[in-house]
Amino acid sequence: MRLVRSESKSRCRHQANGANLRWAPLSCALAAMLLASAGCKDRLPEEDPRFPLDMAKLVEKSDERGDAREDAAQTRARPAAAAFESSDGDWTTALKDFAGTRYSSLDEIHIGNVSGLSLAWSHDFGLARGQDATPIVVDGTMYVVTSFPNRLYAFDLARPGTVRWVFEPNPERAAQGVACCDHVNRGAAYANGRVIFATLDAHAVAVDATSGTEVWRTRLGDIGRGETMTMAPLVVGSRVFFGNSGAEFGVRGWLKALDVASGAVEWTAYSTGPDSDVLIGASFRPFYEKDRGRDLGVASWPAGQWKIGGGTVWGWLTYDPESDLLYHGTANAAPWNPESRPGDNKWAATLFARRPSTGEAIWAYQWDPHNVFSWDGVNESTLVDLPHEGTMRRALVRAERNGFVYTIDRLSGEVLDATRYVHTTAVKDVDRSTGQPIRDLKHMPGYEKAGRGICPAVAGAKNREPTAFSPRTGYLYIPANNICMDVEGTEVNHIAGTPYLGANVKMYAGPGGFLGEMIAWDPVARKRVWSQTERFVTWGGALVTGGDLLFYGTMDRHFKALDARTGRALWQFETKTGIIAPPISYRGPDGRQYVAVLSGPGGWAGSVVSARLDPRDQTGARGFSNAMADLPAHTGRGGHLYVFRLP
Amino acid sequence: VTRALLIATLVVAGIAACKRHDPPERSFVTTSDESRDQAQRLRAGPGSPDSIRLVRSLPERNPLAGDRHAIQEGRRLYRWMNCIGCHAEGGGSIGPPLWDDEWRYGARGQDIAESILHGRPDGMPAYEGHLPEDQLWKIVAYVQSMAPRGGYYNHGVR
Repeated sequence: MRLVRSESKSRCRHQANGANLRWAPLSCALAAMLLASAGCKDRLPEEDPRFPLDMAKLVEKSDERGDAREDAAQTRARPAAAAFESSDGDWTTALKDFAGTRYSSLDEIHIGNVSGLSLAWSHDFGLARGQDATPIVVDGTMYVVTSFPNRLYAFDLARPGTVRWVFEPNPERAAQGVACCDHVNRGAAYANGRVIFATLDAHAVAVDATSGTEVWRTRLGDIGRGETMTMAPLVVGSRVFFGNSGAEFGVRGWLKALDVASGAVEWTAYSTGPDSDVLIGASFRPFYEKDRGRDLGVASWPAGQWKIGGGTVWGWLTYDPESDLLYHGTANAAPWNPESRPGDNKWAATLFARRPSTGEAIWAYQWDPHNVFSWDGVNESTLVDLPHEGTMRRALVRAERNGFVYTIDRLSGEVLDATRYVHTTAVKDVDRSTGQPIRDLKHMPGYEKAGRGICPAVAGAKNREPTAFSPRTGYLYIPANNICMDVEGTEVNHIAGTPYLGANVKMYAGPGGFLGEMIAWDPVARKRVWSQTERFVTWGGALVTGGDLLFYGTMDRHFKALDARTGRALWQFETKTGIIAPPISYRGPDGRQYVAVLSGPGGWAGSVVSARLDPRDQTGARGFSNAMADLPAHTGRGGHLYVFRLP
Repeated sequence: VTRALLIATLVVAGIAACKRHDPPERSFVTTSDESRDQAQRLRAGPGSPDSIRLVRSLPERNPLAGDRHAIQEGRRLYRWMNCIGCHAEGGGSIGPPLWDDEWRYGARGQDIAESILHGRPDGMPAYEGHLPEDQLWKIVAYVQSMAPRGGYYNHGVR
């Protein structure tokens, strides 16, 4: 058992300085009480009038989500119907459900007893690179995809810690040389008795969930051009969706639909090029004028550059069954140097809504035309219904890399709101009538002309670490980054299979000196409710539960549980290595609630550790080495799986 | 004499294979047709270290090691050939750092030249056919010069 230990005091001080001034004395008192009463699990937490905690309900494990749907007050956001289609004991898809909530209604572990949470079992993968995957849990088995060589593990949850089988896809070694951001993988999807995942050398593989044998394998990309695959696929009906990585190598982005049964490619939607390639046709109705026109994926580029223009699709996908729309973002334009690609560079840094059966685009919104600071647009769109100017809107919320939370009508693509959630200098606001970002031009970088003090840095105010949304609090939990950069453009050659960047970047901490922050965001009031700062970038993703607990891991080796309502730290566990992966919660075959997470520092932010980079080079890891120069003092390399439960 | 002949042969072969000796000043490659893109394409490194063939044909020493002009030129070529995209200024990024004491495939000029020419199995691409030998040695000279305290000083051969 581990408790909050000495940090509770400093945390109380932190909170007292923040927005929770009213609650700070109570919080501190409670933390002290918890410390004093180790093992006293039955003690109730204090009541917060904003969030009446019905302990009887916690005990009887009623369907909290049903209650949330009927929330008559309509004063807070609630998940879209898509969130209600997942089975709550399992965790079958990376973001938990089609709506992307990362919310588990399980509540055996709650704010009143989490102090007793302890390690049930663990596994050492014996790998040095970053472990980025979300484990999935289906019918008593947990499936984990490791970093390269992308082994697929099946753990028998009835016999904790036992490996049922391991599948070795044996990807090509050379793929490691064209992976921009460490050799990571974000996990598998499940459909009809098959576990489906991507390999770094750009293949999709389906494995029989029972026997661990390969069912099909489809080559989707070419590592010789710099194409890799790292994303967690999404299954909708009979199709599984995969996109490519490699915008840093000037590859051309795409999303493909594969037949779950055979692995055959049903359609490909490119992110650049003529409308026929982007699958823009008669059904296409973008909300904004700037996104209307013929073949903009060709016309918004210098001649031919759309072929090497980036806009890869390596992030999160969500799906709305009510409107039958699939949502995905596209990555940055290539190369990074914007001067070498005059124009809007469509459809890089764009959000698409597509029909999953045909791939046809229904609407698109390019949130960052010309992509000046190379921000990537693959962050998740969480589907929520929320009141906006007096009416409930079917919306999606995105904590975007530019530091703004976008609330977008998910049927039309209209930006209902864009509010900044971190310190920003590069974008002042978003024009609601045109959808255009209003940039601060004094920060524009150019050819051999450094732009300085650009916040957020190229890695974004939030990277691919996914948010979580609780129907109980109505808050979106944003694992955010407080990073700024200096950047200058340089000339660059396109040589297929080598990086296509044209920029020297140096990243560093923003105001306050901390690099990461967990933010509870109220998407209706459009403001922070509480936040918890972190020494390093918050690279691990969030999980929120029916017990009102927010779980996340840090790169300096702490796995934490916070009170989702107040941000108060309730529990933490010191892992062997730093965490960059999102946690999950599931019900084991024994009927008990478990929480699981991978450790293993790496990814873009952690490659100073996983690839043993020399942090004296400020431009190392495309500028991240500089910001993370201290990380090697806080974590070594190594990949582990941790599974927790109450004793 | 045999070695000189070999070098001469390699230089001629290298020049023949590479149409452009000196990169034009400040122009961005706008690849508009596929054939040009293919010509610019590199091979992946060898499948296993055993398949490295030309190890003995390159001199052990970099003939341009320590040559200040060559190092300057090498710095420019290091950027032009996108070495910088993977190894940054030497601290590493996608590829390993070049400043430290760890040289997986050896620290001699010949070893570094081999890595550039024929690639390595974990992702270093092969620049053979894209780089005349004088340019290859200039890049090697620059790589050898960039380490603030490189382990190769201890090997006796640069």
